[in-house]
Amino acid sequence: MTMAGNSEPLSPRAKLAVTAGRAAAAASRAVGRGSGSVIGGKVALRLDPDLLARLAGHLDVVLVSATNGKTTTTRLIAEALRASGPVVSNALGANMPAGITSALAGGSDARFGVIEVDEKYLAGVARDVTPKAIALLNLSRDQLDRAAETRMLAEKWREGLSGNKATVIANCDDPLIAWAASSSPNVVWVAAGQEWKDDAWSCPSCGGVLQRPGDDWLCSDCGFRRPMPTWALSGDYVLDPHGSAWPIHLQLPGRANKANAATSAAVAAHFGVPPQVALERMYQVQAVAGRYDVVSFEGRDLRLLLAKNPAGWLETFSLIDPPPTPVILSVNARGADGTDTSWLWDVDYTRLAGHPIFVIGDRRLDLAVRLEVAGLDFRVCETVDEAVGAAPPGRIEVIANYTAFQDLRRRVGN
Amino acid sequence: MSDSSLRLVWIYPDLLSTYGDQGNALVVERRARQRGLEVSRVDIRSDQPVPTSGDIYLIGGGEDRPQRLAAERLRRDGGLNRAVSNGAIVFSVCAGYQILGHEFVNDLGEREAGLGLLDVVSTRGEAERCVGDVLADIDSRLGLPPLTGFENHQGVTHLGPSAQPFARVRFGNGNGTGDGTEGAWNDTVFGTYMHGPVLARNPQIADLMLKLALDVNALPPVDDRWYEALRQERIAAATQPA
Repeated sequence: MTMAGNSEPLSPRAKLAVTAGRAAAAASRAVGRGSGSVIGGKVALRLDPDLLARLAGHLDVVLVSATNGKTTTTRLIAEALRASGPVVSNALGANMPAGITSALAGGSDARFGVIEVDEKYLAGVARDVTPKAIALLNLSRDQLDRAAETRMLAEKWREGLSGNKATVIANCDDPLIAWAASSSPNVVWVAAGQEWKDDAWSCPSCGGVLQRPGDDWLCSDCGFRRPMPTWALSGDYVLDPHGSAWPIHLQLPGRANKANAATSAAVAAHFGVPPQVALERMYQVQAVAGRYDVVSFEGRDLRLLLAKNPAGWLETFSLIDPPPTPVILSVNARGADGTDTSWLWDVDYTRLAGHPIFVIGDRRLDLAVRLEVAGLDFRVCETVDEAVGAAPPGRIEVIANYTAFQDLRRRVGN
Repeated sequence: MSDSSLRLVWIYPDLLSTYGDQGNALVVERRARQRGLEVSRVDIRSDQPVPTSGDIYLIGGGEDRPQRLAAERLRRDGGLNRAVSNGAIVFSVCAGYQILGHEFVNDLGEREAGLGLLDVVSTRGEAERCVGDVLADIDSRLGLPPLTGFENHQGVTHLGPSAQPFARVRFGNGNGTGDGTEGAWNDTVFGTYMHGPVLARNPQIADLMLKLALDVNALPPVDDRWYEALRQERIAAATQPA
């Protein structure tokens, strides 16, 4: 392994760890267990626990965390920064320390490390890799049976960021993000919007009831309020700190991705890449790990959309084609999804009125009751094949949660 | 009922609506409308007074700090206690259930006074968090089929002499006291640890509340096909833990 750039080479121990990790990853791939990046990283970290810090030491690191949009935003930032130098990134979404280590070990020539981090690991990774920038997009309820409580997560971020020297680029429209980020001395606030509001009705600081006039929010008990942004998403434009408006052209659909692009532009600017250059490069991002991909299956076009939690479903409903476009919904409740399906009741499915709706997935009966109570017509199917066969003409929007999405990709060959 | 329409009050969605608790309100609302009833649903935020003229009150689950804030604000407000003395029905879940009792342990590890509407006291369990599908038999006097739900709590709730166990668990933990009890009820006040949401999995409980509110013994049937299919699936899941 050769290290480019300005710093000392890896120690023999670190080299051995990287090599052992690669061997484990190759073995994992050979037996058909996926890309092997996580097992490779685990082996490497066991041999050299400081490996992550050592690998990152050679890079200008950007961390990206959020409940929703972190994989896509990581891709957008990586594309933008490539204008300025080679980038290494965990582009496949392996976002815990082992996966991150494995991704960085593959990028010896890079100048930038753009790293997606699972919410629970952000504080630790931010301490280990000495990032130059940390992008924080949103926080909302997700996997309630096993994830930390959302507000507690914001609190942990706040503690973790208070001593960190990184510039935090944070969404001022999400009160939990504002609370988490405002412990940092260097924050660039981006008005990126947040459709989902039901995890932030009480003030993260004092517990008072937040007032939300228009796009603003404030606590009348303690005075904690929406910070003034220097960057903003405004319709199809990013507004920069000089007041210039830059058009956003993305292949990725939806408001949430425009928000991701606005944050990414602010991150890119921090590293000297002008918004115009950054946004032009972001256009190249198509599907992200299969998300938003349009595939052909049984002679039909299917657009694959991932929505893992209420906030994600809400943003997804706002980007699908209007009725009578058929919609297939698929929900599982396996370990990676969270085994509690009660979040389905936080999603406003009445927004699907007028669409022919087909329901599949392990937990299709939970979804059936949910839709019945919403007063919608729907059809429950055993398989995606059956649903596609029954759907009326036109491109089909398929919305699935995490493992349901993986099942779907496997079946439709994407 | 206080007037011609059924008044459904959902308490503090800003604090106690973490586990799809809106679902319980949606199910009651839907099943009332399917019976041709007029329903007015009022969602009361924690900076608003709790109306005392409601027929059915729903109160859901939440995280530890919001639970303390909700208890403080409900005690100060007093509306829910007045509603119950007017004969209102209250159905509470998890954090909401604990608030209806005499006391619970708050996020600061201190004993926090509840509303005293149920003769129960809640503590924090020493054991692992109770997470998973539950199957239980509801108090036979209520005439309901088995209870299916999803529990996700650390709390342990002890029943006093004037609270009846709402159900006895066959699979799962319920109140966490080790005696097999799940939830509590007394007259028109009900509490359970079950999420799901519980009324989506047990629409007969929603109907029981409607019957109590309307003071009738029976309601016209509605199409329960999907509820029934879901019930069978979840009951089977509870008996075969992963």
